[in-house]
Amino acid sequence: MRVNVRVNGEPMVADDVWEGESLLYVLRERLGLPGAKNACEQGECGSCTVYLDGITVCACLVAAGQAEGREVVTVEGLSGGGARRRGGAPDRNPRPDPDVDDVAGPPLDGLDEVQRCFVEAGAVQCGFCTPGLVVQAHALIAGASRVPEDAEIREALAGNLCRCTGYEKILDAVRLAAARAHARAATENARSVPGGADD
Amino acid sequence: MDFLRPATWEDALAMKAARPDATPIQGGTDVMVEINLDKGRPTALLDLNPVAELARWSWTAGPAPMLRVGAGVTYTRLISELGTWLPGLAQASRTVGSPQIRNRGTLAGNLGAASPAGDGHPPLLASGALVEAESVRGTRLIPIIEFYTGVKRNALEGDELIRAVHVPPAAGPQCFAKVGTRNAMVIAVCSFAVALDVRARRAGTGIGSAAPTPRRAHAAEEFLAGELDWDGAGPLDPALAHRFGELVAEAAAPIDDVRGRADYRRHALAVMARRSLGWAWAERGSVPGTSDASGTYHQKSGENG
Repeated sequence: MRVNVRVNGEPMVADDVWEGESLLYVLRERLGLPGAKNACEQGECGSCTVYLDGITVCACLVAAGQAEGREVVTVEGLSGGGARRRGGAPDRNPRPDPDVDDVAGPPLDGLDEVQRCFVEAGAVQCGFCTPGLVVQAHALIAGASRVPEDAEIREALAGNLCRCTGYEKILDAVRLAAARAHARAATENARSVPGGADD
Repeated sequence: MDFLRPATWEDALAMKAARPDATPIQGGTDVMVEINLDKGRPTALLDLNPVAELARWSWTAGPAPMLRVGAGVTYTRLISELGTWLPGLAQASRTVGSPQIRNRGTLAGNLGAASPAGDGHPPLLASGALVEAESVRGTRLIPIIEFYTGVKRNALEGDELIRAVHVPPAAGPQCFAKVGTRNAMVIAVCSFAVALDVRARRAGTGIGSAAPTPRRAHAAEEFLAGELDWDGAGPLDPALAHRFGELVAEAAAPIDDVRGRADYRRHALAVMARRSLGWAWAERGSVPGTSDASGTYHQKSGENG
């Protein structure tokens, strides 16, 4: 069957989709978006976490046909890199211009704040769980009106398994990202208040 | 495999009548696991996501209004929108899977799968819920106690779909407890729910994952109705709580399996029942339904969030 789905803001079409196929398979194997990872295929590990109509889900548990006409955002969409890869053939991670990012360490240009914080906090080891954690942490921070407490972060990430890090640095990364998002929101609020800081 | 996409509830009923072999899929958190791991391959999937009305909840009419929870209401929404009236169910819902699973999974899916370990079953049993099942032949309300007919078997006919679950609002404190290896992503080793109706001097119970089907502990309920000092202001009598736990354990018929031994399950049930009763007793008076303000809760209805 054919599945029409909007992914990272772009309308996409997948053909010859098997009726029992998952959204995860469609994203990875038919639309060239391998960011969401395929591991447990039973919703236990969270490595395939994506947004479906603004809510985080395990893409392995969404039947492809259920995504028809809906809006999906993958980890590629957070960094603005998703649209480049539409049409099937995966883009082989083009390196950023070295003149733009010539400091030692990974290039951080274009990354979402959550991704940046994962890099800065050293929250990535093998990296397999990272895309799912990034999307889930992104949702936690986007939906919070204040910096979440540790218990809330742990609860939000309870369905994302990491077998390398012991989670401490992942928590550091999420705390950092949440604090920055909160600080930015506070600044923006101050600007929008009459008599607040001019810009 | 066929993929059926009804646009309306009427379409869904017609499709299910024409294809009784079709497996309804809502959140997919059970159905897709079966397919992904090749444990079973449905001949057809009937996708209920497009039927928008299923994602709504409302109050039923009549002198004793119940919450009519549409088959598409997710656990996440059940917790955030209905927790005030259905505290036991909300508590159980919070133990389901992970945030991602609760964002997709539904109570109706729990009922459709009818696993004895489903977290939604004990609180539904404890509060005396009704399952609204419908086919092209008509609608029937199945009392929850009659709904579970065997391991992963329920009372639905081949052409029937679950449209909603009717749950009475709490008439007193409710508690849910569950044993598992960690807090998240845990299928219950065993679970227990209690619901007290202080005014009516009645207790409801539900046992999960300790018999071929979820079940009530009738003798334990009768014991509480007769022996609990319903007007008492003091703490719960420890001997009474202990006896209640024993009666709950006696009502179970657990097996040895990979998650736990039968004798462990019986022991854990007795402990959970005793503690849940204690927690519920300590909470009485602070739950809607036990105060005179309960009527004011019967106003709002939910739309698809």
